[in-house]
Amino acid sequence: MRGAPAGIVLAAGVVLAAGALVLARGGGVLWAAAGEITQLKDAPGRDQTVGRCIICHSLEYIPSNTPAMDRAGWQKTIQKMRERFGAPITDQEAQQILDYLAANYSGKS
Amino acid sequence: MLTRRGLLLAGGWLAAGAHAGKAFAGASRDEVLAALPGKRPLIQRAFRPPNFETPLAQLAAPFTPNDAFFVRYHLAVIPQVDPQQWRLNVGGPSAQRPLTLSLRELRSGFEQVSIAAVNQCSGNRRGLFSPRVPGVQWGDGAMGNALWRGVRLHDLLQRAGVGADALEVVFSGTDGPVLPQTPAFVKSLPLERALDENTLIAFEMNGRPLPHWNGAPARLVVPGWTGTYWMKHLTEIRIVPTAFDGFWMKGAYRLPTGAFPGAPFVSQQTPETTPITEILVNSLIITPVAGTRLRRGAHAELAGKAWDNGAGIEAVQVSFDGRRSWRAATLMQDLGRFAWREFRIAIDTSAPGPLEIAVRARSRNGTQQPDTLTFNPAGYHDNIVQTVSVEVT
Repeated sequence: MRGAPAGIVLAAGVVLAAGALVLARGGGVLWAAAGEITQLKDAPGRDQTVGRCIICHSLEYIPSNTPAMDRAGWQKTIQKMRERFGAPITDQEAQQILDYLAANYSGKS
Repeated sequence: MLTRRGLLLAGGWLAAGAHAGKAFAGASRDEVLAALPGKRPLIQRAFRPPNFETPLAQLAAPFTPNDAFFVRYHLAVIPQVDPQQWRLNVGGPSAQRPLTLSLRELRSGFEQVSIAAVNQCSGNRRGLFSPRVPGVQWGDGAMGNALWRGVRLHDLLQRAGVGADALEVVFSGTDGPVLPQTPAFVKSLPLERALDENTLIAFEMNGRPLPHWNGAPARLVVPGWTGTYWMKHLTEIRIVPTAFDGFWMKGAYRLPTGAFPGAPFVSQQTPETTPITEILVNSLIITPVAGTRLRRGAHAELAGKAWDNGAGIEAVQVSFDGRRSWRAATLMQDLGRFAWREFRIAIDTSAPGPLEIAVRARSRNGTQQPDTLTFNPAGYHDNIVQTVSVEVT
C-alpha cells in the first residue's frame, strides 16, 4: 500500500463533517483543517485521562502509541509526565489514568 | 456526521497514500491528512503540539516545498513572532561582548550565505521500529531538503567574543511549555560545531521567509546534524563554560554510548548514553510504491533519495532479487554535500513475476546502510536498508 496515487484517494471522495477533513471529489483539490481528531474509548477513567492529558497535548499520542505500550509502559509514561514535565496529576488520578490506559490502550505484542 | 469508525477508515484511506509499505502494515490506521494555517495537508501525527509529517509523494522534489515541509514541536505554546519586535540576544558567561540584534541588523550586519541541507528529525521512521517504541510515530516524512539562507553563527559568536573557557553554545526560542514547571526546549552544541562555517542562523527557506511552523523569523541550521539542534524562533544564544544540564540535553535525544557512528559530543557524554548528533547514511525509495504492478516490457524506473552527514553520497546500489545481487544506480544532480542526492535506475520488466527491491546507500564517510536495526529505546537512527515489493505482469 505504499504511496497509493493521490488520485485514488481523491476519487474516494471522502467528506467528513465537523471540519476535520474535506476532500474535493476528483478535482485534485484537497482541503483539511488541523484539529483534535481523537475521541478516547468510553470506559471508567476516561474523563480523568482526557482532563489531565489535554492540559499539555492532544490525544493522538494515546492510540498512536498503543502498539508500543503495556501497563508498565503507561506507568513509565505517566511517571515521566508527572516528574519530568510537571503534570499536575494526583496519586489517585494517576492510578485511575493508569488503569484506564492499561485496560484500553495496551497493544504491545 | 461520521462515526468514529468512519473517521478511522477514512484515516486509513488517506494514510495509504502517505506511508511506507512496511510501516503501513504495522502502523495504526489512525492517520489523517490535515492542514495547519499556511501549510498544505500533511500527515497529522499530533495536533497539539503540532507534529505533521510530509507525505512520501511530496519528498520527490529536489527541494521540499515550504508548505509541505514537516512540522515538529515538543511544547504547545507557539507565539506568532512579529519580525519588527523580534530580537536575538547573544551572550552568556563566556561571551566577552554580549549583543542584541534586530532582524534588520542580523540580515545586514553579517555576510549572507546559502546552503542546501536535509533537515531530518532524530525520530524519523520511529513508527517503523521493531519492537515498537513510544514517541511520535513518524513514518518516512519527518524530513525534507531546503535551501537555507542566513548568516554564519560563527560570525555572530566572533562579534560577541568567545572566551577562552567556552565549552558549549546554548540555544532557545520563543516557543514554550503550557506549564511553567515543564522544561523549556533548550539545546546546546559543542563549541566546535557552533563555530563550524556551515552552521547558520537562517531567515529564509527556499527563497522565502521561514514559515511560522518552521521557525520564523530565524532558526538555527546545523547541516549534517539531526533536527533537534535546529532551534526554531531563535531568540537566545549563550556561550557557556560548562556542560548545559537542561532536560532536553540530559534527559532526551540520547543514544547508548558507542552504538552508532557520528561526531562525539564529549561534554555531554556519559559511559551509558550520549547525545544523538550526526545524521546516518540513509536512503528512501520514492517510486515505485509497494504493490505497484508494472506492465511487462514497459519502461519503468526506480527513483529515490540518499543522504548522510555531509560527507557526501558515494554510491547507491539497488537489488531487484531480494538482496542477492546489486547494481549501481545513477546519482543525479549534486545539490551540495549536505543535501540529499536523487538516484535513478531502470527496472527490467522483460520477465513477469515479483520483484523484491532493496536500496542501500554508501557514504564517503565510509559507512553504508545496515541490514539490521540497532535498537535504542527512543527510536532514533533507523537507517536500515528499505525494501519494496512490486510485480511485473
